[in-house]
Amino acid sequence: MTDDFDFEGYTCPVPIQPRDTVVLGHGSGGKLSHDLIDRLFLPELGKAAPRALDDAAVVTLNGQRMALTTDSHVVSPLFFPGGDIGKLAICGTVNDLAMVGAKPYALTCGFVVEEGLSFEILQRVVQSMRDAAAEAGVFIAAGDTKVVQKGGADKLFINTSGIGLVDAGVDISGENAKVGDVVIVSGTLGDHGIAVMSAREDLGFTTDLQSDVAPLNHLVRAMMDAGEIHVLRDPTRGGLATTLNEIAKQSNVVIELQETKLPVKPQVHAACEMLGFDPLYVANEGKLIAFVKAEDADKVLSAMKQVNYGKDAVVIGKVTESGKSQVRLKTAIGGTRLVDMLPGEMLPRSC
Amino acid sequence: MKYVDEYRDPLKVKALLGEIGRSVTRPWVLMEICGGQTHAFLHNGLDEMLPKEIELVHGPGCPVCVTPLEQIDRALAIASRPEVIFTSYGDMLRVPGSKVDLFSVRANGGDVRVVYSPLEAIKLADANPDKEVVFFAIGFETTAPPNAMAVLQAKQRGIKNFSVLVSHVCVPPAMDAILGSKTNRVQAFLAAGHVCAVMGYHEYPRIAQQYKVPIVVTGFEPVDLLLGVLAAVKQLESGKAEVANAYERAVTFEGNQPAQKVMNTVFQPVDRKWRGIGMILMSGLGLRPEFEAHDAEKKFSVGEIVTQESPLCIAGEILQGMKKPPQCSAFGQQCTPSSPLGAPMVSGEGACAAYYRYHRVEE
Repeated sequence: MTDDFDFEGYTCPVPIQPRDTVVLGHGSGGKLSHDLIDRLFLPELGKAAPRALDDAAVVTLNGQRMALTTDSHVVSPLFFPGGDIGKLAICGTVNDLAMVGAKPYALTCGFVVEEGLSFEILQRVVQSMRDAAAEAGVFIAAGDTKVVQKGGADKLFINTSGIGLVDAGVDISGENAKVGDVVIVSGTLGDHGIAVMSAREDLGFTTDLQSDVAPLNHLVRAMMDAGEIHVLRDPTRGGLATTLNEIAKQSNVVIELQETKLPVKPQVHAACEMLGFDPLYVANEGKLIAFVKAEDADKVLSAMKQVNYGKDAVVIGKVTESGKSQVRLKTAIGGTRLVDMLPGEMLPRSC
Repeated sequence: MKYVDEYRDPLKVKALLGEIGRSVTRPWVLMEICGGQTHAFLHNGLDEMLPKEIELVHGPGCPVCVTPLEQIDRALAIASRPEVIFTSYGDMLRVPGSKVDLFSVRANGGDVRVVYSPLEAIKLADANPDKEVVFFAIGFETTAPPNAMAVLQAKQRGIKNFSVLVSHVCVPPAMDAILGSKTNRVQAFLAAGHVCAVMGYHEYPRIAQQYKVPIVVTGFEPVDLLLGVLAAVKQLESGKAEVANAYERAVTFEGNQPAQKVMNTVFQPVDRKWRGIGMILMSGLGLRPEFEAHDAEKKFSVGEIVTQESPLCIAGEILQGMKKPPQCSAFGQQCTPSSPLGAPMVSGEGACAAYYRYHRVEE
């Protein structure tokens, strides 16, 4: 019933690259986002930013070292289990400052509101921002509001920018990973992404899972007091895999992970199995990855466990060599494979 | 997690690897049909733990990979229309057509949405009576029953603004095509467990006898995969060519008969082009004439779109197990998951994507 096929006759589609329009994947935090930054933003805008790929920039003004960062928040739905866009906006910027070892000090916030949004919703978001700022110990120093016509935005976008103080001698950066460093993650992976997805998509499953969104600056302080930290990063969009690839590239090192050590809640594991996702690529909003000097790892780990947001902290791997950038995984059954960045949007499989 | 962890047990894996090692005396070429199995082998690093005598070649069982370019161009033409909400399984969005992909259509204002089930598309059609909702019905016998169910519901409930662009394919004709090819290297098949959960394995004894190949129904977890390999190797070593089931917890000989019934009610066998392979007679499923009102190809008159592909990618040889992804000069260079040249680099089940993601350790 079949033809014998002629292999010479087969051809392949023309590549669609470079794209001439922005697609959602450019905002995924994965490879497409990096392409956009490398091709357009850094050459045009980033010449004066030596460590533009860290979560926050460290600048010195009149002898005072300061960290500076900005983050825009667009999440649907605005409220999800364990958090909302307001808490996310405060914690996102607080955490970016904390990831360079800064003490977050003050934030600004800009609201882009779609007309028709109810005051009640806006008030709940703002009150949530107030509470998150209080927990983090930062204050809102300035703000701005723009209203766009119906359809001009999806309900509410929030930008927050922040400054923090960096003590003399503190040098925490994605460029500082060293051979021998121990890699610690502060808790379970993928809680935020799956919690938001369970609230957003009509997936026919419910879960008691809560987003992990939280300010991590107090945890970072405890860690810095306990030992020598080389790298801190919060694995948000793109998840642990993408963030570790960024660090491997910035520091030009090989990072080796142990699959059996990766902390994943059963609900996240089950949802990922069902949806065809990998928890390594699912977003977190209240977790951090630390690269710690090997001798200090135990001290830092036990300090983390004393803090609420670090109580589930575990060692997940180490830096094994330098001179090339790669993330490898020792699988649970004893194999080895590569862990790559998220290419673009996270897409579920067909079957 | 129950029903998963026990099939990822390192001790069982070690024991099975030992048994396979003791059973094998010479080189054998095995093909795992399904892209999900390809990924499971590489995701777990299992391919490199097998004895070196066993060569795995990766089969055509990736629904995204084998959907022909012209069908994707038809999808793009439909999705670009202002009155259309185009719905699809997620991983079809990145597949390049001859000029753009569904991502680009969406970026330019097309209403393209990812759904997990065609029944979601039916809901959308219900909720948007002024729109035409189209579902891209791709895949093997795994996705065909739910897609058939959606069409059946639409007809029964008189939902006129719902249609499907059908590009279904079936596994057995592809096995015939591979085994009948003069360049075939495959000596045994690990049959696709999920397809067999629907179809059973009553279609396979004829193939095993005709081509003298062992066919082992195989699952997707490390222990399942190794049970499949072991059963295939034991048959090969003893000169047998039978059908065996190494995935008994999910698969019966007859399969899921209600699912088959829905499928057969809505679809009928048709000739189908496979991307990278070409036309295989009676290898696809198309809508039966009584469901014509829900046929997007007819509704939007896109049947005339015929596309030729350009000669850069060796996807055809990869889909038939003749070459491994790293043997392609474009692999990892011009062709990556974020800018794929060929469909096997696109899908979560494509062999090239699996190699790219998991298998560049020894660079």
